[in-house]
Amino acid sequence: MVWQLFMRAIFNKFSYQKEFLETLGALFVASIIAIPILAIFYIAFSADDNIWTHLASTVLPGYIITTVIVISGVSIITLLIGVSLAWIITVYEFPFRRIMEWLCLLPLAMPAYIVAYTYGDFLDYTGFVQSNLRFLFGWDSIKDYWFPDIYSIGGSIFIMAFVLYPYIYITSRAAFLRQSITLIEMSSILGKSSLYSFFHIALPMARPAIIIGLILVIMETMNEFAAFEYFGVDTLSVGVYITWLGKNNLGGAAQIAIFMLLFVFLLMMIEKGLRKKRSFTQNNKKQISANRIKLSKGRLVLVMIICILPVLIGFLLPSLVLFDFILERIFEVELLEYSSLLFNSLFLSICAAILTTILGIFLVNTHSTSNNLIIRLSVTISRLGYALPGVVLAIGVIVPLIAVDGVLRNIFGQYFNITIGLILSGTLMAIIYAYIVRFLTISFGTIESGFATLNPDITAASRLLGKSKFSTLIKIQLPIIKPALIMSALLVFVDSMKELPATLILRPFNFDTLATNVYTYASLSDIGNASLPAMTIVVAGLFPIILINRELNRGRKG
Amino acid sequence: MRFMKKILLFSLTIFILNTTYAESWSSGNTLEEVNVYSYRQPYLIEPILKRFTEKTGIKVNVLFAGKGLVDKMVQEGENSPADVLLTVDIGRLSGAVNSGVSQSFKSGIVDSNIPPQYRDPNGHWVGLTARARVIFASIDRVIENEITYEELADPKWKGRVCVRSGQNDYNLALFSSLIAHHGEIEATNWLRDLKANLARTPQGNDRDQVKGIYSGECDISIGNTYYMAEMRTNEKEPQQKEWAANTKIIMPNAEGRGTHMNLSGVLLARYAPNLENGIRLIEFLTEDVAQEMYADINYEYPLKAGVGVSDMVASFGELNADTLDLITIANGREMASKMVDLVGFDE
Repeated sequence: MVWQLFMRAIFNKFSYQKEFLETLGALFVASIIAIPILAIFYIAFSADDNIWTHLASTVLPGYIITTVIVISGVSIITLLIGVSLAWIITVYEFPFRRIMEWLCLLPLAMPAYIVAYTYGDFLDYTGFVQSNLRFLFGWDSIKDYWFPDIYSIGGSIFIMAFVLYPYIYITSRAAFLRQSITLIEMSSILGKSSLYSFFHIALPMARPAIIIGLILVIMETMNEFAAFEYFGVDTLSVGVYITWLGKNNLGGAAQIAIFMLLFVFLLMMIEKGLRKKRSFTQNNKKQISANRIKLSKGRLVLVMIICILPVLIGFLLPSLVLFDFILERIFEVELLEYSSLLFNSLFLSICAAILTTILGIFLVNTHSTSNNLIIRLSVTISRLGYALPGVVLAIGVIVPLIAVDGVLRNIFGQYFNITIGLILSGTLMAIIYAYIVRFLTISFGTIESGFATLNPDITAASRLLGKSKFSTLIKIQLPIIKPALIMSALLVFVDSMKELPATLILRPFNFDTLATNVYTYASLSDIGNASLPAMTIVVAGLFPIILINRELNRGRKG
Repeated sequence: MRFMKKILLFSLTIFILNTTYAESWSSGNTLEEVNVYSYRQPYLIEPILKRFTEKTGIKVNVLFAGKGLVDKMVQEGENSPADVLLTVDIGRLSGAVNSGVSQSFKSGIVDSNIPPQYRDPNGHWVGLTARARVIFASIDRVIENEITYEELADPKWKGRVCVRSGQNDYNLALFSSLIAHHGEIEATNWLRDLKANLARTPQGNDRDQVKGIYSGECDISIGNTYYMAEMRTNEKEPQQKEWAANTKIIMPNAEGRGTHMNLSGVLLARYAPNLENGIRLIEFLTEDVAQEMYADINYEYPLKAGVGVSDMVASFGELNADTLDLITIANGREMASKMVDLVGFDE
C-alpha cells in the first residue's frame, strides 16, 4: 500500500511518463560522468599508506607554487595578446585584415606539447638559432654568450601563452562584435580618444566574455602535462603523473588530484556565473564593423606586425620545424606504422565524436523540454568532466572500470563458467569513455547554442500537426541545426586526436595513437621520427578553425 | 526508418564487439603467444623477441610504457594478461614482487645460465644484463682519470655537474647504494652538496647530460654505460656521435669498493595466462643467443658466464663492480626517493 502511494507520488511529479524516462536518462548520463570524479575522491581518502604529510612537506608546495606562477604568467600574456588582437582586428582597417581574422586562430590546431617539442629543438644549444648565432659571431661554447634557456618556467609560460591566446581572442572578438558602435560614437562626439573608448567602454562591456576566455586558458594550462614535463617544470599535473607512476603511489596522486579538481570547479562556477551576467541589452542596430578606423602608414605597419607575430610564433614557426623534419626523413617513413597510428587515432576520435554528439543531443533535448531539478542537476554534473585534467581522468576511469570487470568476471565465471578477460579496462572502451567524460561539455555547449537559434514556432507547428517529440527532434529540429551538430562532432574529434595524457595511461596492448607516438619519440629526444604524426594532428586541427571563423562572422554586417 | 534502426543496431553491436575485444578472448586459440609488459624501449628488445618467435613460433605481444606497468598489473589483478615483465632496473623488479604481481618458478636452464647473485632468492625474477652507472667527462676540460661518487660533492666541481632527475630509477638506485655504504645522514649531506654543484636544474635523460658537456654547460655527468656506446654508433642522429666524441668514461670507485651496477631483468607474472610460454621466454633470454644480442646490440654487460662484452664496451675500461647486493639497493629506493624530495634535488 505504502509502496503504491510512493510510486504514485513519484509519477505525479512528472507530467507524463516520458518525462520520467527522460529524467532517468539524464541521471544515467550524469552518473557516468560523475563516476570518475567520485572514484578519485574515494581513492584519495581510502589510501592506506597515507603519504599526504610527506607530500605536503616536500613537493606539494612546489607543485602548487609552480602551477600558480605558470598560470599567472600565461594569463597575463594571453590577455595582452588576445584582447589586443581582437580589438585591433575589429576596429581598425588594414590590408589583409580579412585573412588575419582567421590566421590568428591557427595556434588552436597546435597541441601545446608539439609546440613545446619543436621549440625545444629549435632553441636549444644544438638547434637552429644557437648554432647559427655561434657561427655568425664565432662563439665556441655556451660560456661565451648568454641565451635564454627554453627548458624553464619562463620558457613554458612563453609556449603556453602563444598556443592558448586564441581562446581569449575568440571570446573577446565575439564580445566586441556584439557591441554597438553607437556607444563608441557617442564617446567620440564627447571628445574622447579611441584609446579612451577602448579602456573605459569597450573593455568593461566585454569583461565577462574576456574572463570566460581566460578561464578556458587556465583550465587548459592546468590540463597540460607533456609540455611541462618536457621543460622540467613540475606543475600539479606533472606531480600527479610522477606520484602515481613514478613513485607508485596512486593514493598520493589522487590526493594531489583533488587539489586540482577543487580549483577547477571553482573556475567553472565563476564561468557559469559570468555566462548569466553577460548583458545582451545593447542596441544591435549598428555594429562596430560598419566603419573601421583608417590608419596612417606608420601605424599600419605596426598594427600588421602586431597581428602577424602571434601566429608566427604560435603556429608558423613550429610548423616549419616539423616540415623540415619531415622533408629530412621523407624516404625513411615507415608507412605501415604510420597508417596503423592514423587508423587508431581516427577510430578513437570518430567514435568519441559520434557518441558525445548523440549524448549531447539527448541532454540538450531533455533539458529544453522537461526542465525539472533533477535534469538540471544531471546536466550540470555531466558538464563537469572537462574539469578533470587528463592525468586525473585516467585515474578516475581506470579504477571503476577494473571494478566492473571484476564483477563481470565473477558473474560469467560463476553462472556461465566462462573465463573472460578484461572486457572494459584493458581496451579501447576505457579511452573512449575518458574522451566522452572530458568532452561531453563541448558537445553540450555547441548543440545548446544550436538549439537556441532554433525558431520555437517551427517546433510548435510540428507538435501541433501531431508529430511526437521524438519525431520532431529527428525530422525537424536536428536537420535545421545540422551546422551545430557538425561543429560539435568536429570539435570533439579534434580534441580527441590531440589528447595525450589520458590516452597514454589507458591504452591497451600494441596500441598507439598519433599523439602517444609523438610523446614516446619526444621523450627519447628524437622528435624527428614523430614529425609526420605530429603534422597529421596539426592538419586535423585546422578543420574546426575554418568553421569557428564562420561562426564568429555570423550575423556580422560588412 | 525500420531499416535505419536495423543498421544502427548492427553497427552498435559491431562497435561493442570491436572495442571490448581483449587479448584474452584469444586464449582459446591455437595460436601460441606470450604477453610482455616492458619498461625497456621497443627498439631495444624487438630484435631479441623476434628471434624468440623465429625459434619457437610463439607470437610475442608487447606493451611498452615508461611508467606504471606494475601499477597496471596491480589494478588488473587476476585478470592481468601479462605473462612476463621486463624491467630496466632492480627497483622495479623488487617493487613488483612486493606489490604481489609475481610468482616464483623453477628452471634448470635459468639456474645454470645466470649466477645466483643476479637471481631472486625466491625465484620470482632473473637478471639478464648489467649496466654500470659511470661518470662521463669532457676530454678537454677534465684532467682527472679517476673519480669517486663521493667526490662529486666536492666544491671543486661546483657548477660543473649535469644530472638527470633525482627521481629517475637509475639515480635512485645509485643514491640507495650510497645510503647503504654511508648511512642516511651522510648520504643526505652528500646529495645536498651534489645539488649545489649542479650546473643546471635536472632535466632530460642521460644523453641530454652528455649534450650539456658538449655545449660547455657542464664538465661531467652521470650516466649508464650503454648510452655512451649508443651515441658513438648513432647513424640516425650523427650529431650524437659528436657529443660522445668529446667525452670520456671514468669508472667511479674503481680502486675502491667498485662501480655501482644495476640490472635489467625479467619477472614472471602472478596470473600469467600463458605460463609455459612465459617461462620459455625467460629461459630464452638467459641463453647464449639472446645474451650475445644484449651484448652486441644493446652494449650491455651480459650476465651469462662466458658471453663476452662487445668491443665498444670493452673499450670503456676494466669494470670493477660494486658487490653490494641488489636487494639491499632495491629496498633502499624509497628512502632515496624521500631524500631527493627532502633536499629539493629536482627544483
